[in-house]
Amino acid sequence: MSAKTLYDKLWDAHIVRQEDDGTTLIYIDRQLLHEVTSPQAFEGLRIAHRKPWRIDTNLATPDHNVPTTDLSNGIASITDPISRIQVETLGMNTREFGITEYAMGDIRQGIVHVVGPESGATLPGMTVVCGDSHTATHGALGALAHGIGTSEVEHVLATQCLIQKKMKNMLVKVDGKLSIGVTPKDVVLAIIGKIGTAGGNGHAIEFGGQVFRDMSVEGRMTVCNMAIEGGARVGLVAVDEKTVEYVQGRTFAPKGEHWDMAVTAWMDLTSDADAVFDKVVELDGSRIEPQVTWGTSPEMVLDVNGKVPNPANEMDAVKADGIRRALAYMGLEADMAIKDIPAEYVFIGSCTNSRIEDFRAAAAILKGRKISDKVELALVVPGSGLVKQQAEAEGLDKIFIEAGFEWRNPGCSMCLAMNADKLPTGKHCASTSNRNFEGRQGAGGRTHLVSPEMAAAAAIAGHFVDVRDYL
Amino acid sequence: MEKFIKKTAIVAPMDRANVDTDAIIPKQFLKSIKRSGFGPNLFDEWRYEDVGQPDSDNSARPLRKDFVLNQPRYQGAHILLTRENFGCGSSREHAPWALKDYGFDVVIAPSFADIFYNNCFKNSIIPIVLDEAIVDSLFKEVFAEEGYQLTVDLETQQIVKPSGEAIPFEVDAFRKHCLMNGLDDIGLTLAYQDDIKAYEVKTQKITPWLFAE
Ligand code: SF4
Repeated sequence: MSAKTLYDKLWDAHIVRQEDDGTTLIYIDRQLLHEVTSPQAFEGLRIAHRKPWRIDTNLATPDHNVPTTDLSNGIASITDPISRIQVETLGMNTREFGITEYAMGDIRQGIVHVVGPESGATLPGMTVVCGDSHTATHGALGALAHGIGTSEVEHVLATQCLIQKKMKNMLVKVDGKLSIGVTPKDVVLAIIGKIGTAGGNGHAIEFGGQVFRDMSVEGRMTVCNMAIEGGARVGLVAVDEKTVEYVQGRTFAPKGEHWDMAVTAWMDLTSDADAVFDKVVELDGSRIEPQVTWGTSPEMVLDVNGKVPNPANEMDAVKADGIRRALAYMGLEADMAIKDIPAEYVFIGSCTNSRIEDFRAAAAILKGRKISDKVELALVVPGSGLVKQQAEAEGLDKIFIEAGFEWRNPGCSMCLAMNADKLPTGKHCASTSNRNFEGRQGAGGRTHLVSPEMAAAAAIAGHFVDVRDYL
Repeated sequence: MEKFIKKTAIVAPMDRANVDTDAIIPKQFLKSIKRSGFGPNLFDEWRYEDVGQPDSDNSARPLRKDFVLNQPRYQGAHILLTRENFGCGSSREHAPWALKDYGFDVVIAPSFADIFYNNCFKNSIIPIVLDEAIVDSLFKEVFAEEGYQLTVDLETQQIVKPSGEAIPFEVDAFRKHCLMNGLDDIGLTLAYQDDIKAYEVKTQKITPWLFAE
C-alpha cells in the first residue's frame, strides 16, 4: 500500500461511495450549527418533509448575534429585533428537530469553534463540518474539518453526507524554534504573508515541523483557524500525545474501553514518513517576528518593525492597485512605520484567539500596567462561558479590568460586528481576530490583525509596538 | 434547482482581485432567516453612499455613481467578469444568493475561493475559470464596447464572443449534469441510502465511540 498523508487517511476512512470521475459521497461524523447559516437549511428540510438522518451528530450554539454585555434577560437582552429573531429561530429549530443546543445563558454557550473542541464534540479522526469557514480550526485535533454553505448544511442534516471531490495535499513545514514573544498567531500570519490568500486554494494544508510539534493544542487551533485565510478549507495537525491529553475527560470524549480503542486508532493519524504532498512550503520558525497586518487582506502583513509598502515599488498593476486601495481605506501613508499606526480600539477575542491560553498570555503583558488614554475602547471577549469561568477562577478578569479593558460575555463580538460591538468608521483596531477585510469589524473600521500579546502591548502604548519590549 | 443551459447577456466588469464575501454581502444582511431578497444589498458598501441596514428602503438610498453596477451601461447584466480569488473569506451562501437575486447567472474569473465556488453550483450560478490573459482581454473588450454581451453555453462548454470567437471552459461533469437538469443534490444522495447505511454498519464496528449516544 502506498504511503498516505494524514488527509488521505481521513478522506479514505469516510468514503461512502465514489464515482469514476472522483465525485465522492463522504460521511460526516459531526455537524456544528450556529444561528446565521442554519435557518434556511432547517426551512429546506421542512419544505421537503425531511428529517435529520442522525440527530445525535449535531450540536448547536448561537454566537454571531449574541450581546457581550448584560445577558440577564436571556434572548430578550438582544436589542436588535432582527438579530433576536435569528437566535430565537435556532432555538425553535433545534427544539423541533431534537438537536442539542447550548443556548444563551448556558455556561457552555460560546463561539462554535471554541465550543466544539472544548466539549469534545470534535474528536481526532472525525469529519467535522459547520456553515462557517473557520471550521478549519478543528483540524488542530487531527479531524478533517471544513466550512460549508447553507445548502450543504441542509444536505448533511438530511443525509449525513456531502458530495465532494478530494482536495490536493499541501504541507506547510515550519522547523526551528520560535523566539520569545512570537506566538502561533504570528506563525500563521507569516505563513499567509508567504503563500498569499489564495496560496492554499484547492488544497488541504497540513502544518508540520518542529514548531507545531512544540506548540500547544490551543496554539494549533489558532493556526488551523486561519488556514482559510490562506485559501485552504482544511488545516490539519497530526495527532500526538498532546492531542490525546487535550481530549481526555471532555463531555463527548469516548469513555472506558472505547477510550482505549480510540487512542490506539488516533495515534495512527499522522502522515506516513514517505507520503508525497502536491505542494510543500517551508519556513524557518526561528526567523519569524511578531506580525501586524497593515491592509485589507490577511496577506497584507509585515513584521512589526517593518514599513507599509509603497505601490510605486510594485511591478504588477493589479497588485499595485490593491495596495493603493488598501492604503486609502486604511488611512495610511506609503512607507510609514508600522509602529506609527495608532491603536484606538483593541479587541482580544474571536475563534482565533479567545481561549484560556490566549488570555493568560495577554494578561501576563498587562499585569501591573494601564492601557494608554489614547485607547478609546479595549475589549476582552471569551470564546465560551467555560473559558470565561476558567479565566475568572485564575483572576485574569481582574488583571484586564485593572488595566482598563472591559471584560465581556462570550460570542463573536467585534470579530465581525453582527452584534452591538462595532468598530467605528476610521478607527484603527488592534484585533486578535482573523479577517481585516473592509468593513469587517464595522463599516469603515480599520483592522490590524495581531496576536493577543501584541494587542495587549498596543493597548498599553496606544500604537503598535514590539511586544518583546514589554516582556 | 433552476436549470442552466445557455445564456446571452451583458457583462459587468468588476476590476479588482480578492473580492471577499464581506464585500459581496456585508454581515448586517446575514441576519435574515430567508434565502431571498439579498439582491438590493449586493456589494452594499461599494454601491451606496450610506451604510445600509436590513430594514433600509434601498430605493431611497444615495448611490455611488462611479460604482460599476450603478453605471447605466451595465444595467441588466447577468454575467460578472472579475479578477483572481473572487469570493474569498467566509462560507456565507448569502453571497451567491445575493448575486443570483441581483441577476447574475455567471461569474468569470481567473480563480475562485473554494467554498464560494462550491456554493455557486448549489444556486445555479456557473463560476467559470479562464486564463488570466483571456480575462484580461475580456476586460479590455467590455470597457471598449458599450452593451458588450457574451453567450455562455453550458452544453458545449463554450463562451462565445460577439465576434463569434469561442472560448472553451472546464466544468465538472457531475455539476454540469446537475445544472443542466436542475437536479437537487439531496434527492440524488438519498437514492444511495443503502450505501450510507452500509457504511454506518461497517464503521460502527471500527469506531464505535462515534455512534455511542
Ligand atoms: S469569531 Fe469571527 S471568525 Fe470566528 S466564527 Fe465568529 S464571526 Fe466567524
